[in-house]
Amino acid sequence: MWTWFYRLASPPYVYRTAGALTPWFLSAAAAAIGYGAVAGLVFAPPDYQQGDAFRIIYVHAPSAWLSMFAYTTLAVAGAIGLIWRIKMGYAVAAVSAPIGASFTLSALVTGSLWGRPMWGTYWAWDPRLTSELILLFLYVGVMSLRSAFEDPGRGDRAAALLAIVGVVNIPIIHYSVVWWNSLHQGATVAKIGIPAMPGSMLWPLLAMLLGFMCFYGAVLCMRLRGEVLNRERQAAWVREAMKS
Amino acid sequence: MGGYARFVWPCFALVSGVLAWNLWAAARYQAEARKRAVRALAMMGEDR
Amino acid sequence: MSAAAAILLIVGRELRLSFRRPEQLLQPLVFFLIVTTLFPLGLNLQLSLLKDMAPGVLWTAALLSSLLSLESLFKSDAEDGTLEQLALSGQSVTVIVIAKTAAHWLLSGAALVLASPLVGIALGIPSAAFGTMLASLVLGTITLSWLGSIGAALTVGLKRGNVLLSLIVLPLAMPLLIFGAGATDRAISGTSPAGALYFLGSLCVFTCTLAPFAAAAALRITLE
Repeated sequence: MWTWFYRLASPPYVYRTAGALTPWFLSAAAAAIGYGAVAGLVFAPPDYQQGDAFRIIYVHAPSAWLSMFAYTTLAVAGAIGLIWRIKMGYAVAAVSAPIGASFTLSALVTGSLWGRPMWGTYWAWDPRLTSELILLFLYVGVMSLRSAFEDPGRGDRAAALLAIVGVVNIPIIHYSVVWWNSLHQGATVAKIGIPAMPGSMLWPLLAMLLGFMCFYGAVLCMRLRGEVLNRERQAAWVREAMKS
Repeated sequence: MGGYARFVWPCFALVSGVLAWNLWAAARYQAEARKRAVRALAMMGEDR
Repeated sequence: MSAAAAILLIVGRELRLSFRRPEQLLQPLVFFLIVTTLFPLGLNLQLSLLKDMAPGVLWTAALLSSLLSLESLFKSDAEDGTLEQLALSGQSVTVIVIAKTAAHWLLSGAALVLASPLVGIALGIPSAAFGTMLASLVLGTITLSWLGSIGAALTVGLKRGNVLLSLIVLPLAMPLLIFGAGATDRAISGTSPAGALYFLGSLCVFTCTLAPFAAAAALRITLE
């Protein structure tokens, strides 16, 4: 039952599987994002309160979601590396960081641009925005820590530990709108039950969320192949793979 | 866009940029890694 | 040797070593006082207006001066090999970490707490708010010592580790700053600081429970 888990620990398996999965992830992402963006921009009706500005949700919410998902993946992969000493865990953690950081930045900037017409300000020190900003700093910290060590193995382990310590920020970001009365609006989709949005607005959003996840999968696989090659440069299977 | 065009379009443009950068950077990372692996191969004296 | 005895021994050693160099001891304190002076000088406000900013200034200064002393938490012992000897001594690394962090708090955090009424007066904080200020600083500096201990353990032995240390510790310390300054702020404006203080307390307990293991794990990673 655990064979699939242990197979994930094998670099050549990861290399091959990542290569095979990439085109699937990419096509799924293209389809979902294509539909989501078009439907969100054109077919969804304007919001009663926010007018057309609400359409920013179609890029802001998936970015924010991905920023948290990538960090959680990073932390879990690092934990797998630390607990089971599976080096591929560190590889996944290492490549997830720049991807997640870029989406954190994207979430912050799109959120800021959305805030200007809606709240009258580009920035507010409310809990969700602040904790998302802290997330960006955490990403930078993890990336800097990993690269600061001469011994890459030590860098991997230290960065994994830091990522795990910082993971406490993720539920804070997510639940901040529940725990505190703040400027940022509450959960749109995540409630179990009937979401507050009508279908014509909701489906493009779900499509964008799915599309961004598939995109993350694609980019993760692409980077992971490079990372595996970098880490396993001397191995025999790499020699065979490079000859082709 | 009901007057909000100057907020909505830059957002979509930015995110498209982020998506494009991610694809480009990942492809480049993979290509560089491959190049380095091939070079390591050549240096070990095996024929390409 | 029991864990408690080992902790007392190590704390005693830290205190004795620090008191041999009193100038080193005073540095974070003086830094704290200087930084709190910078804000009113730079902002050129009257004392009555200053008290609105006072909690933030106080807390930022406390954070920054704690960071200064954090760097040396493990560094000098790591450099001369004492840390390895302690680790090999048979005591668990967790015990060593608890001892060193407790000593660090006694030498820097406690000093800040004691100096804070002085700073409070300088910044125009009404004396009615002093109780909250002191409570928030005690809880906050303890939490900060632990967060810093994790950061110091992760960066011990790195070149330019102090910059990285700040980069790691400050984001983790931001909620602390928000609630610590928030509690004092509420006390100054007359509303009840209880909520913020409870939150600070829970942060402190959470950190004190988990941080020793994280810091010990970090030391094992960076020392091996």
